[in-house]
Amino acid sequence: MSTQTSDMAAATALHAGKKIMAWRRENGRVGVRNHVVILPLDDISNAACEAVAAHIQGTMALPHAYGRLQFGEDLELHFRTMIGTGANPNVAACIVIGIEAGWTQKVVDGIAKTGKPVAGFWIEGNGDIATVASASRKAKEFVHWAGEQMREPCDLTELWVAAKCGESDTTTGLASCPTVGNMYDKLVPAGLYGCFGETSELTGAEHLAAKRAATPEVAEKFMRVWQAYQDDVIEAHKTSDLSDSQPTKGNIAGGLTTIEEKALGNLEKIGKNISYIDVLEPAEAPAKGAGLYFMDTSSAAAECCTLQAAAGYVVHIFPTGQGNVIGNPIMPVIKVTGNPRTVRQMSEHVDVDVSGVVKREMTIDQAGDVLIDMIVKTANGRPTAAEALGHREFVMTKLYRSA
Amino acid sequence: MQPHLLVHNKSDNVGVVVVEGVTAGMELLGVQLEDNSDFRIVALQDTPIGHKVALTQLTNGGDVIKYGEVIGRLVADVPAGDHVHTQNLKTKRW
Repeated sequence: MSTQTSDMAAATALHAGKKIMAWRRENGRVGVRNHVVILPLDDISNAACEAVAAHIQGTMALPHAYGRLQFGEDLELHFRTMIGTGANPNVAACIVIGIEAGWTQKVVDGIAKTGKPVAGFWIEGNGDIATVASASRKAKEFVHWAGEQMREPCDLTELWVAAKCGESDTTTGLASCPTVGNMYDKLVPAGLYGCFGETSELTGAEHLAAKRAATPEVAEKFMRVWQAYQDDVIEAHKTSDLSDSQPTKGNIAGGLTTIEEKALGNLEKIGKNISYIDVLEPAEAPAKGAGLYFMDTSSAAAECCTLQAAAGYVVHIFPTGQGNVIGNPIMPVIKVTGNPRTVRQMSEHVDVDVSGVVKREMTIDQAGDVLIDMIVKTANGRPTAAEALGHREFVMTKLYRSA
Repeated sequence: MQPHLLVHNKSDNVGVVVVEGVTAGMELLGVQLEDNSDFRIVALQDTPIGHKVALTQLTNGGDVIKYGEVIGRLVADVPAGDHVHTQNLKTKRW
C-alpha cells in the first residue's frame, strides 16, 4: 500500500467515528433539519400553500411553476420530485395541497411510505379559504409534533451529501472542487452516500468521467446518458457554439474559456480514489447502497440541487469561484470558494474559505478536513450562509412542453 | 512568497493567475503543482485573477493543454506570457 493510500485509509478511519446530532426518521434515514413543509402539487395551489405558511409559524411553503397537463416521463419526474422532496429526511412532516384529489393523494401516498406524518388537501369543491383553514389546522398539529422530535447522536457517515459547482472559474479546479473531492475520498469509503451531476458540464471530460465508473456497465450507462444529452438537447437546439451559456458569462469573467476547461475543473469534485457505483435518473433515489452516484441533471444550480434533495440528499456542498449565491429550502447548501477576490467581495456567502490553497498556505488535504468540520457543524444546526440569507431556490426540472 | 501563477500539470502550456493586480511587464512567480518546482515568466498584458497565461510561444491552430488535457484550439499565434482567453482560444466541442 502506498503512503498516500494508507494516509487516506487512516483519514477515513478517523472520520468514520465522528458523531453528529441529527434526527433519525421513521425509515431509519438521518435528517439534519426539521422542516414542516407545505407542498403545492401544482402552480395554482401555490397561493393556498403560501397562505398556510404565513398563518402557521414554523412551516415553509415550496411554491413552484409546474404540475398541470404534464405527461409521460415529464410527469413521472414531476411526481418523483414532489414525493422525494416530501420524503427527504430533513422534512419532519408534510402537508400537500393540490387543485384536485387524485394527484394530491398520489403524492401523499408516496411520502407516507417513509412513515412520516403527511396529509393532503384539495381545492376543487372547497375553495382556497376552506382549504387553507383545514390545512392550517393540520399544519399546526405537525409543527407541535415536529418540535417534540429530538436530535440524537448519529454517525457523520450516515449522511447523504451531494455536490454541484456553480459560477465556476479557474480557482474552482485548483482549490474548491479538489477540496470536495478530498472530502469524498475520505468519507465515501466509510459509508457516506455522495452524488454529482451536471451532464452537460462534463463535456470535454466525459472520457475521464467514464473511466471513474466502478464497472464497465456503469461506464456504459454514463456514456449513454451523456450522449443522449448531446443529441437530444444540445444538437437539437443549438444555434451557436454555446459561448455565453457554456461557459457562462460569469465563468468567462473568471477566466474559464471553453467547456472542456470547465468540465475538467468540475470533475475534480469526485476526488482521486473513489468511483461511482451507479447512474441515476433525475431525482431518483440511490438504491445500490453507500457510495458515490452520478445523477443525470441540468447544470443550472437550482434545478440540480432540487433534484438531489428529491433523491434524498440532506447536505449539499457547493464549490464556487465567482460567487454563486444558491440555496435550497430543505437541504443546507455549504459554499466553498478558493478565489481570494470572491472571499473579499462576497464574504457573506462563503461558508468555507479555501483560498489558502491558491496562496500555497493550505494543502488540499487540510482544506478537505476544514470542509468535513463544516459538514459536522452544519449537520448539528449551524445555518449555512444561504440559509441565513434566505436562499430557498426550489426549481422543478421540466423535460418538455405540457399537453 | 505567494506565487502569482499556478500550473496543474507538467504537460500544460498555460498557467492560471491566482493573485489580483497582475499588470503588463510584471515578472510572475509560477509554481508547477505536480512537483512544486518554480519558474519566472513576464506577463505581456494586464491579466485578471483566474485568467490564463501562455507558458511558451503557442501557434495558431495548436492545442491548449491544461490538467494535461486538451481544452481547445488556438485561433491566433500567442507569445509566451500573453493572455489566453476567448479572443484566441475556442472550444473543440459543440
